[in-house]
Amino acid sequence: MRKWKYISPLVALGLWQLLAMVGVLGRTPSPVDVAEGFYDLIVTGLPPGYYLQWHLLASLERVLVGFAFALVLAVPLGILMGWSRGFDTVMDPLVEVVRPVPPLAWLPLAVIWFGIGIFSAAFMIFLGAFFPILLNTITGVKSVDPHLVEAARTLGARRRAILLRVLTPGAMPSIITGVRIGIGIGWMTLVAAEMTGVKSGYGLGYLILTARDIARYDIVVAGMVVIGVVGFLMDRLVKYAEKRLLGWM
Amino acid sequence: MDVGENGGPVVELRSLSKSFTEKKTGRELEVLDHLDMEVRQGRFTCVVGPTGCGKTTLLRLIGGLEVPSSGEVRFEGRPVTGPGPQRGMVFQEYALFPWRTAVRNVTFGLSLKGIPHKEARALADEYLETVGLTGHEDLYPRELSGGMKQRVAIARTLAALPRILLMDEPFASLDAQTRNGMQEFLVDLWRRTGTSIVFVTHLVDEAVFMGQEIVGLSRRPARVVRTFENNLPYPRSRTGAEFTELRARILEYLAVEMSE
Repeated sequence: MRKWKYISPLVALGLWQLLAMVGVLGRTPSPVDVAEGFYDLIVTGLPPGYYLQWHLLASLERVLVGFAFALVLAVPLGILMGWSRGFDTVMDPLVEVVRPVPPLAWLPLAVIWFGIGIFSAAFMIFLGAFFPILLNTITGVKSVDPHLVEAARTLGARRRAILLRVLTPGAMPSIITGVRIGIGIGWMTLVAAEMTGVKSGYGLGYLILTARDIARYDIVVAGMVVIGVVGFLMDRLVKYAEKRLLGWM
Repeated sequence: MDVGENGGPVVELRSLSKSFTEKKTGRELEVLDHLDMEVRQGRFTCVVGPTGCGKTTLLRLIGGLEVPSSGEVRFEGRPVTGPGPQRGMVFQEYALFPWRTAVRNVTFGLSLKGIPHKEARALADEYLETVGLTGHEDLYPRELSGGMKQRVAIARTLAALPRILLMDEPFASLDAQTRNGMQEFLVDLWRRTGTSIVFVTHLVDEAVFMGQEIVGLSRRPARVVRTFENNLPYPRSRTGAEFTELRARILEYLAVEMSE
């Protein structure tokens, strides 16, 4: 059955090439055009000298910085909110009001705070990834079997041990779900942020924008393909981490 | 002080009352009503009573997981203010940490005490040997059968060096065959270690097979407590005339309590 999982992208690709050859797609590039676009990007770059790999690295760097901040802040905050009803009551309204604001709406403020550059983009990623991780962490902590906390207390665990050795590992499945969602949203947010103005010459979103300006639709699609494949690989990476961390499930 | 001497009271419940507020209706639910009871040092005490009569609440009060509404719980002469490793609890649901292997469940309490990793591991291996689980140290709880899980839970509790074991229907989720085996195992363990045990069950057979003292609770709110002495020698037979006779007496008492 495993080999069948490649069938849907391959059929889509074949159909797409066929439609292009028949001539019904107009200015939409065919798969072969896109392959040529890739070649140009890797050999010549767009703008010339700005190679695909540098665009990709710039985007990945922003994602990693933003995502790391989201992880480091959202997990401890989520554990505290999941554990303390009082803290949850105080924090929840703030979270629920900030959460629906799309990360891109923060862009003007981000530019005042961080200037144009990696930290503005990273801030967008941070906002996109923060809330899924936070909410899943809270849910995870609340879903930890209360018997486990009681058992730990009868074994001599105080607050610190309950938080670090019971609630955190207990919430881990949910935290990882949040990480998966968060990194996906972060990645999507990044490209949009780059397209909207966080420009530094590099970045996949910026690349697509530049290609559009000079009507190189083959390169637009090539950029889209890279974004899709990288998103897929990041998800795989988290899945792998999940398998390693949650072997006990 | 007679505390700690064999036969002295290790747990004293004085005029103990506990009520809960029902979340849905807001009604007060009285579970225990001015209950008096003593648990003697080194004894195997079983608490029996109909389902929902407050047995579990009684045990949780001794364990410090609940706070009395009035009256007091004393352990070794001092009022109980919260849970602690000197009063080890074993739960019906095992309450093993699913992300820790058998041996790491046992080391949980040891590492809280600051015992270094290697030493804790060696101690944990010993406790797992005590409960007959050598060779299963590195399995996760999901890989263990119900009986094995409860053995791990008992080993984990013993490793914290409790001066009393509080057991809340620990064998209730096991099949009859495994349960009988676990009862024999527990009696043997108790005779080897001499720890005081309070064992809550709704099965009179179980209480008569294991307990030296069998405490019958009335239906809710539990207040009348009657203690049956059980001097049958260990290991006990489940079929002897004295066993059957004592079981009948307790069942009769419970039936009367329920019908009033």
